[in-house]
Amino acid sequence: MNRRTRKQRLRQPMDPRGWLVRNLQVLLSSLGRLWQRPLGSLMSILVIAIAMALPTGLYVVVDNLQQLSQSWEGAASATLFLVQDATDGDVQSLLVRLKKDPAIGKLQHLDPAQALAEFQQYSGLGEAVAQLQENPLPHVVLVQTADPHISPGDFSKLLDRIRSYPQVEPATADLQWMRRFQAIIHLLQRGAWLLSLLLAMAVVLVIGNTIRLEIQHRQQEIRIIKLVGGSNTFIRRPFLYEGFWYGLLGSTAALLLVALSWLLLREPVNRLSQLYGSGFSLEGMAPFNVLLVVGLGCLLGVAGAWIAVHQQLEQIEPA
Amino acid sequence: MIRFENVSKSYPDSQGGLREVTFRMEPGEMAFLTGHSGAGKSTLLKLIGLLERANRGQVWVNGHNLGRLTPREVPLFRRQVGMIFQDHRLLEDRTVFDNVALPLVVTGQRHQEIRRRVQAALDKVGLLNKARALPVTLSGGEQQRVGIARAVVSRPPVLLADEPTGNLDPELSLEIMELFNQFNQVGVTLLIATHDLALVEHLSRRVLTLREGRLVDDRTP
Ligand SMILES: Nc1ncnc2c1ncn2[C@@H]1O[C@H](COP(=O)(O)OP(=O)(O)OP(=O)(O)O)[C@@H](O)[C@H]1O
Ligand SMILES: [Mg+2]
Repeated sequence: MNRRTRKQRLRQPMDPRGWLVRNLQVLLSSLGRLWQRPLGSLMSILVIAIAMALPTGLYVVVDNLQQLSQSWEGAASATLFLVQDATDGDVQSLLVRLKKDPAIGKLQHLDPAQALAEFQQYSGLGEAVAQLQENPLPHVVLVQTADPHISPGDFSKLLDRIRSYPQVEPATADLQWMRRFQAIIHLLQRGAWLLSLLLAMAVVLVIGNTIRLEIQHRQQEIRIIKLVGGSNTFIRRPFLYEGFWYGLLGSTAALLLVALSWLLLREPVNRLSQLYGSGFSLEGMAPFNVLLVVGLGCLLGVAGAWIAVHQQLEQIEPA
Repeated sequence: MIRFENVSKSYPDSQGGLREVTFRMEPGEMAFLTGHSGAGKSTLLKLIGLLERANRGQVWVNGHNLGRLTPREVPLFRRQVGMIFQDHRLLEDRTVFDNVALPLVVTGQRHQEIRRRVQAALDKVGLLNKARALPVTLSGGEQQRVGIARAVVSRPPVLLADEPTGNLDPELSLEIMELFNQFNQVGVTLLIATHDLALVEHLSRRVLTLREGRLVDDRTP
């Protein structure tokens, strides 16, 4: 018996290359473990995918809405409808007046026949319109502001001024609805945030619970590994990698779900936007955001596994 | 190599355990631990292998005061002690080879090294031809030998065996004792808990006897 006064330290020897090889092995073998129970793994992955697809899809929608509203804002134009009984003289005097206004840039006048032709072309109601005995449309003036980046406040002041002219129909366009639209986008953005937060928690819980069951299932094995001197790091590793795989596969499946919905919606949205004479088309996700979703998924997976492992492993001791 | 000083271990809601046990074993010594059922033999071995901790007193193994080890050091210490159990404690869903390899895998040994050492250990217990078998397909004696191969594969300086011959016939028991003798000859310190007094007589080694948790006899022939 060696009576040592100085304490002899127990240390694991360092071996960086071996460490890398072992981690790669565990990375692959934990994927193999998911494959061994395909049904259970698939169900967990689908739950994660749906939980992640909801906020991701909402973000795509909000992004597109924002783009849409920006394309309207950028135009900074208004369509003026003149009163039904406006004479050609009335129209001419209005145009002269508008041209003098320094806030107004380009003007375009459409007489009722031109307006009808335009409507026929874009409304898709050509046949029906052609049946009309009488042209129901008034004179139309398209107004563009001199400053393309005019503030909504100045723009509505300009509109108020124009609407007070006797020739202009007072019900002509307002910015009110655009402000409402903006408010709705903000609301949706906030909602997407909250939803993301809640569903991120759900993903952590789902993965945590899956790993917890897995640990309980393999209690005996863990005891034996501890018995022969397996460290906590060694025991933890396959579970953490399993969480990583759940996160990776779940977020990839979520992106597929979003992509599928996008494909299904793109056609009808583009048709709708054409009907409104808008150049808007449904945008997909930027590559950075795709990576972000996958990265977050992996992170949440490892986090869930970490929580489960820390709750459980200390309690499983050989005896 | 192993030193107990006034070691007591009690379990909640149980009369059993160990009381004030003091003894020491030198490096390379081989001894038997006997006593009636419930005397505390398994408990004593578990204290050495750090599967349990003493309530009072101090346990020293291979220069380490076990009460002072940090949680990080516990697994590293366990690698220095090979343990053999009566109920084998094998992984049912892994082959014999994988079971024996486990102590090497947890220390991160290289592939070739693992293969070489596992084959040597299986050869020693005469199970080289069963390397690919699952433990359930083996007899009790064969499973016991797999457990022995696993305990010695990493060449620990201390080997503990709890009833290693419990369900073996006399001939196989003797074979396994012969194996232990061989390990002892290369310097391994062995402590073997057993009921088999005839076998103990036959081998004429030091014998520690427990009764109701107390060390009542310590005889060296
Ligand atoms: N985990 C435990 N919890 C409570 N009591 C225990 C525990 N382990 C052992 N004991 C008690 O400690 C006493 C000694 O048990 P131990 O297993 O050490 O006996 P043993 O000498 O190995 O007996 P056997 O020869 O039957 O294996 C027994 O009375 C038992 O009831
Ligand atoms: Mg016992």
